[in-house]
Amino acid sequence: MTIHRIRVTVNGIEHEAEVESRILLVHFLRDVLRLTGTHIGCETTHCGACTILLDRKPVKSCTVFAVQADGRDILTVEGLEQGGQLHPIQDGFWQEHGLQCGFCTPGMLITGYALLQRNADPTEEEIRWAISGNLCRCTGYVNIVKSVQHAAEKMRQGEAA
Amino acid sequence: MTPRTAPEVGGMGHSVKRKEDPRFIRGQGTYVDDIELPGMLYLDIVRSPYAHAKIKKIDVSKALAIPGVLDVITGETLAKYNLHWMPTLMSDMQMVLPVEKVMYQAQEVAAVLATDRYTAADGVEAVDVDYEPLPVVVDPFKALQPDAPVLRTDKPGKKDNHIFHWEVGNKAATDRAFREAEVTVQQDLYIPRIHVCSIETCGCIAQFDRVSGQLTVWMTSQAPHVIRTVFALVAGHVGLAEHKVRIISPDLGGGFGGKVPVYPGYVIAVAASVLTGKPVKWIEDRMENLQADSFARDYHITAELAAKQDGTLTALRIKTLADHGYTDAAANPSKFPAGLFHICTGSYDFQAAHVEVDGAYTNKPPGGIAYRCSFRVTEAVHTIERMVDILAHELQMDPADLRKKNFINPERFPYTSALGWEYDSGNYGGALDLAMQRIGYADLRQEQAEKRQRGELMGIGISSFTEIVGAGPSKHFDILGLKMFDSCEIRIHPTGKVIARFGTKSQGQGHETTYAQILAEELGIPVDDIQVEEGDTDTAPYGLGTYGSRSTPTAGAAASIASQKIRAKARKIAAYLLDAREDDLEWEPGKFYVKGSPERAKTIQEITFAAYTDYPEGMEAGLEAVSYYDPPNLTFPFGSYICVVDIDKGTGQVKIRRFVAVDDCGNIINPMIVEGQVHGGLTMGLAPAMFEEISYDEQGNIQQGSFIDYLLPTAVETPKWETDKTCTPSPHHPLGAKGIGESATVGAPAAIVNAVVDALWHLGVRHIDIPITPEKVWKCLRDNGVTA
Repeated sequence: MTIHRIRVTVNGIEHEAEVESRILLVHFLRDVLRLTGTHIGCETTHCGACTILLDRKPVKSCTVFAVQADGRDILTVEGLEQGGQLHPIQDGFWQEHGLQCGFCTPGMLITGYALLQRNADPTEEEIRWAISGNLCRCTGYVNIVKSVQHAAEKMRQGEAA
Repeated sequence: MTPRTAPEVGGMGHSVKRKEDPRFIRGQGTYVDDIELPGMLYLDIVRSPYAHAKIKKIDVSKALAIPGVLDVITGETLAKYNLHWMPTLMSDMQMVLPVEKVMYQAQEVAAVLATDRYTAADGVEAVDVDYEPLPVVVDPFKALQPDAPVLRTDKPGKKDNHIFHWEVGNKAATDRAFREAEVTVQQDLYIPRIHVCSIETCGCIAQFDRVSGQLTVWMTSQAPHVIRTVFALVAGHVGLAEHKVRIISPDLGGGFGGKVPVYPGYVIAVAASVLTGKPVKWIEDRMENLQADSFARDYHITAELAAKQDGTLTALRIKTLADHGYTDAAANPSKFPAGLFHICTGSYDFQAAHVEVDGAYTNKPPGGIAYRCSFRVTEAVHTIERMVDILAHELQMDPADLRKKNFINPERFPYTSALGWEYDSGNYGGALDLAMQRIGYADLRQEQAEKRQRGELMGIGISSFTEIVGAGPSKHFDILGLKMFDSCEIRIHPTGKVIARFGTKSQGQGHETTYAQILAEELGIPVDDIQVEEGDTDTAPYGLGTYGSRSTPTAGAAASIASQKIRAKARKIAAYLLDAREDDLEWEPGKFYVKGSPERAKTIQEITFAAYTDYPEGMEAGLEAVSYYDPPNLTFPFGSYICVVDIDKGTGQVKIRRFVAVDDCGNIINPMIVEGQVHGGLTMGLAPAMFEEISYDEQGNIQQGSFIDYLLPTAVETPKWETDKTCTPSPHHPLGAKGIGESATVGAPAAIVNAVVDALWHLGVRHIDIPITPEKVWKCLRDNGVTA
């Protein structure tokens, strides 16, 4: 098995590591960096529990090799909170009861965050399509939609202020 | 209900933001796969490609040659310790690892132990198993034919594939009612095999300390205390004693019934840790989870209704064949082989009813767990709600009118059903009226009539369900003899802060918040000052766990009773501090005061401090209580759901236009959480109604073994649910509460199917089995001459 030296920036911190070519990015994040907020729910790119941002785009880290992240920038759920302040998307999920068991939540938060980066005022339909690659078994999605809307409003207010 | 406590206290009726959320929204939950122990090994499982085959040889040499592979455990390894079979919850036997033959595709055959998960997977690939295929039995009806191969050759003298026959009700009276009936309807319904698919799969870490003999298992379990007892009973002969076994259920990523059973993987991991003296982690992948873990449902039902011409129901008769897979591993209370299926008279007043259920073995994975429902209640509700609709259509009555005509009237509670349940309380007409008003029923019927004139397909479906949850009274309810009580232990620290521990285990329901609110209600201590813990058998009081919507009915009641014990002692201390007689004191949440002199008061915090610093002579220090609550009855939540669908004639696509859900779960602890439970339950009702099914081909190959074929609804397919509620408290629960986690899963599928059939009845369509796929609807339309 070939070993590769990679350099990745995760939540603003640069890491250097040697990884086997077959190691999945999600296992690198969880088992090597011990960032266990990113979850594994299917290993076939269907459930979205492992969603992270790779160079600002949401990807499912269960079907990306760690070596593919070499030289790139990653954001995981652990990187959303800044300076002790929850990101509005995190607060939105709390205020609107957008989570129950919490297992899909990190992926939902990252997907919602990515949506709001490119669309500050999404419609309900746009939110539903944006999170359609993230499965939730507990909430029925109604409150997840509200959570994203809550965050969108807070972020727009923040920009206006 | 107006809350009795202030928002900052957060008792019943407040939508308190969840106490568990701050860790989850930061990615700081601790699920089992997040735990890493020093020196931990990884276990991965070799699974059978055949549904039925003799194992001729297992060659592990190539696997053992891989650097990092430490051992391969087979049935032969476990047989040395007589651990290759284990009992199921229904007192059948299940293989941990086979020594002779495999009985379903994806069955565990051997387990590879390695230094990391990738190497373990390499080892699995390298194990060579030589199989000799055997004849496969997939269809439970064929399984019961005389010429069917007998599957359970391990059972001496077993000559067929029949597991049990169970019946309830008055057969003679029911048959007579059918003979005398003015009208009868009959329908076959298949409620397919489905899978709960919690987003977190199952897994564990087993850690055996060879010196102390202590076994600690972090595992995905909804019932950790029962698991500890089962481990001690099953492995007592190899030295596992209950005081040396500690089960810890960490954060669970959903459960829905799928995390009740003991799966072979857990037992193999424990064996591996005992054999190596090292911690061993086993985590399923999604395909293993779907293909091998316990299924739900798989009921083949023939139902009949007898009635008068005016729509008055007289009798219900049901025969069911239950496909249990190769062993009866259903997670039911032990005395109920078909669970609580005999709630099937539903919300209606029947004079007579009779139900028969037979179980059959087939070459499929075992199970018979719930899918977010109390034991077999969805099967019951789906049957009665479909049958009532079929009768209404046959009689050309409005399905709402037929229901109202037959509802058990509110004044008849407590009501004893024809099948023997004592319903605690209900107001079925109230819930249906509210649902009809919310959705605008009369206008929708008008619109439907107009659309039908134009050849457009629109349907309106009702489901007025009654659930039975909160198992259960010890007289009838036990699991392997363990009575189905549940527990709460409260300790109040000197400064008035609380730790409360429970025998249940949340899987997302929000127990840390809900239970804290019960204590806040009963003691007046703010929810922020109350820490709730569950899931660690070393610290929590014994309980039977969380499933069947039992947490609020049992452990929630225990919290109330334990709080009352605390208050009784607090009253004595308050009387001492206020120099008053105990019966001159009045309680309001948070303080005792002297009747008529509200300024002479002691807060619960002052009383608590005194319990450690200044208490009456002869009294023991401290303020603690425990309650093991044995409910006097089950609780019977109910509701009425109405679904409106539009159907595309060209594609058969069913579009849910609106769905109104009115629920009644008695008194509500946290309205926000209750509504969230209903949203989730509705979506897990939608899922089997329209998308999910597990089926097998003739060779026993699973047809939906991954998320490619097994379709969980996404946000796009899921309608925007509309919810409302009525409130009919339970008369026997100390808080008047009933349980809500599963109502919507139970009630929703019938509303959806009833709406679809309502749209198609005039074309000659009488019934469609779930899941209602576009293909099935399209075929119905074509068969009845409808083209776009």
